[in-house]
Amino acid sequence: MTAADPARQAQPAHSPSPGEVASRAAEVRRNWLLSTPALTLLFLAASGPLLVVILYSVLTPGEYSGVVWELSGDAWYRVILHRDIFDDTVSLADAHLRIFWRSAKLSLLTTFVALIIGFPTAYFVATRPPQQRTLWLFLITIPFWTNLLIRTFAIMEVIRNEGIVNSTLMSLGVIEAPIQLLYTDTAVLIGMVYVYLPLMVLPLYASMERLDFRLVEAAYDLYATRLQVLRRVIIPLVKPGIIAGSILVFIPSLGAYVTPRVLGGGKNMMLGNLIELQFGQGRNWPLGAALSLTLLVIVMIALLVYVRNVSRSESRG
Amino acid sequence: MSWKLGGALSALVLLASAGSGMAEGELNIYNWGNYTNPELIKKFEEAHKVKVTITDYDSNTTALTKVKAGGHGFDIVVPSANYVPIFVKEGLLLETRPDQMPNFKNVDKKWVDVSWDPGRHYTVPWQWGTTGVAVNTKAYAGDPNTSAIFLDPPKELVGQVNVVPEMADVMALTIMYAGGKPCTDDKDLLRKVRDILTAAKPKWRSMDYGMTEKLSNSDVVATVNWNGSTFRARLKNPTVVYGYPKEGYPVWMDSVAVLADAKNVENAKLFQNFIMDPENAALISAFARYANGIAGSDKFMPEEMKTAPEIVVPEAYKAAGTFLPTCPKATQDLYTAIWTELQK
Repeated sequence: MTAADPARQAQPAHSPSPGEVASRAAEVRRNWLLSTPALTLLFLAASGPLLVVILYSVLTPGEYSGVVWELSGDAWYRVILHRDIFDDTVSLADAHLRIFWRSAKLSLLTTFVALIIGFPTAYFVATRPPQQRTLWLFLITIPFWTNLLIRTFAIMEVIRNEGIVNSTLMSLGVIEAPIQLLYTDTAVLIGMVYVYLPLMVLPLYASMERLDFRLVEAAYDLYATRLQVLRRVIIPLVKPGIIAGSILVFIPSLGAYVTPRVLGGGKNMMLGNLIELQFGQGRNWPLGAALSLTLLVIVMIALLVYVRNVSRSESRG
Repeated sequence: MSWKLGGALSALVLLASAGSGMAEGELNIYNWGNYTNPELIKKFEEAHKVKVTITDYDSNTTALTKVKAGGHGFDIVVPSANYVPIFVKEGLLLETRPDQMPNFKNVDKKWVDVSWDPGRHYTVPWQWGTTGVAVNTKAYAGDPNTSAIFLDPPKELVGQVNVVPEMADVMALTIMYAGGKPCTDDKDLLRKVRDILTAAKPKWRSMDYGMTEKLSNSDVVATVNWNGSTFRARLKNPTVVYGYPKEGYPVWMDSVAVLADAKNVENAKLFQNFIMDPENAALISAFARYANGIAGSDKFMPEEMKTAPEIVVPEAYKAAGTFLPTCPKATQDLYTAIWTELQK
């Protein structure tokens, strides 16, 4: 886009003097030097463990957990294919596929519900007078003060058979017997939406705060209905916030471990639980590592699709 | 065997430093969660002027992995019977010769020549128990002494059953229910095991830990559970009963061992000797509600423990109990495959 900018192209070519070149080189050197600590840290803390995971995924599992230093492609084979332990027939690993699908489905649903609840919340906060907004934002971040595990157990207390929801409904006479909420997919959904909602509201708020409300007024002046204003003006303008929020909710949901474990009753595994099984009772670290990498690749593909879509819609706009 | 975790999920290791006071030495104990009596620790600290730190784990695998990785700083670990040989084989334990310690005379003869540590050269008994089923008689009044409670639930319990997600125990219970021996690799039998489990699963409600609380407040009315946990639940909720599956059930014992790279070896040995004293062993049991292996500790135990049907195995069901061996890797893989298929 910048190359097509006629104003820039019209500028005469600028030939730098030797002194300028030297000082620029020094500046570049200094910048590199200054960022070395951060780069080293990033490399060690991000790439290092990742390399270990990659390495472990192609080793042989040790007899009692851990790995043996022998190369083996068995873990990767088992991520995708399943050799029946009884008749040795080979088929797609449908246990893994189903667990992947369940996680993906629940994460999408979590993202959707968080968006439906988070959007009006962010809109509400963004339309308050500026001095009030800080207070509202502060209230939204309060849940982060408490540990995730404790918040999940709190949700469990609320939706238990003898918990607040059921006992209130029963004393009001709405229901006669408690509704079984705990240990259902609904419980996991409630828990995940609750836990990840702030991650949706904050980026949404950030883009709504920058929203020029005069455009909304202009749309009304041009006889747009409320729905049209929402669809044609507000949503396109806050789209980066919607996407950022959705990604921030979707990715951790996909690997969620604690919430499905505590609220879902553990009857149906999610990805996080499947990976944990391999490192724990399953004593198969390479398979666990391969499954983790598979999750990583799926997330990366999702992000790439997003980046391409965003850049395309931007170049179109 | 995360049942000892009353709360569940202390995989997020809780660091509980018990007591402080004038510390002359230190002792770092790595034990199951919700399993160590604070009174016992206080008594030990006062008797030997040692500051004790307890760190929790939730499974034998967690403990093994962390100890093997090194740099943990722990002096004592409490592995289950089927894990002691692994710890020994990997060279992780110190041969402290508890059999030559002054208090060794108190160890019940039955727990001296055990298969996982013949003659007790490494370990001292901590607690032992059984894995069976717990049923709330308000929900089901029939005979609880069968694995059919969770493998073929009576119609009152369909959709109400919990199964603790402890692979080794659940597989062992099911294998014995199907007529096999724990750690079998007989494919025909394992096929039967898989079919029994997959047919039973739709009749379960959950696969979760933390049954002490959930049985107490009637959130769960039928579950696979451990005897001590069921006992603790019954003390709060008298309608809970413990069943010994007549088809066969696992017996386990956790033993106290000193790590090869322990920094406070002398204090650790003192602790091993200390808990073989009947009065101290009784303190261990009074807290977690499992039996210990020390003769003469009964007379220091709370009254309700001496006759508890969860602790004193009834004569009729004694023969059905089996110690779980450590399964070979190949067999373990078969079990994991069945387990994953079950939870897909």
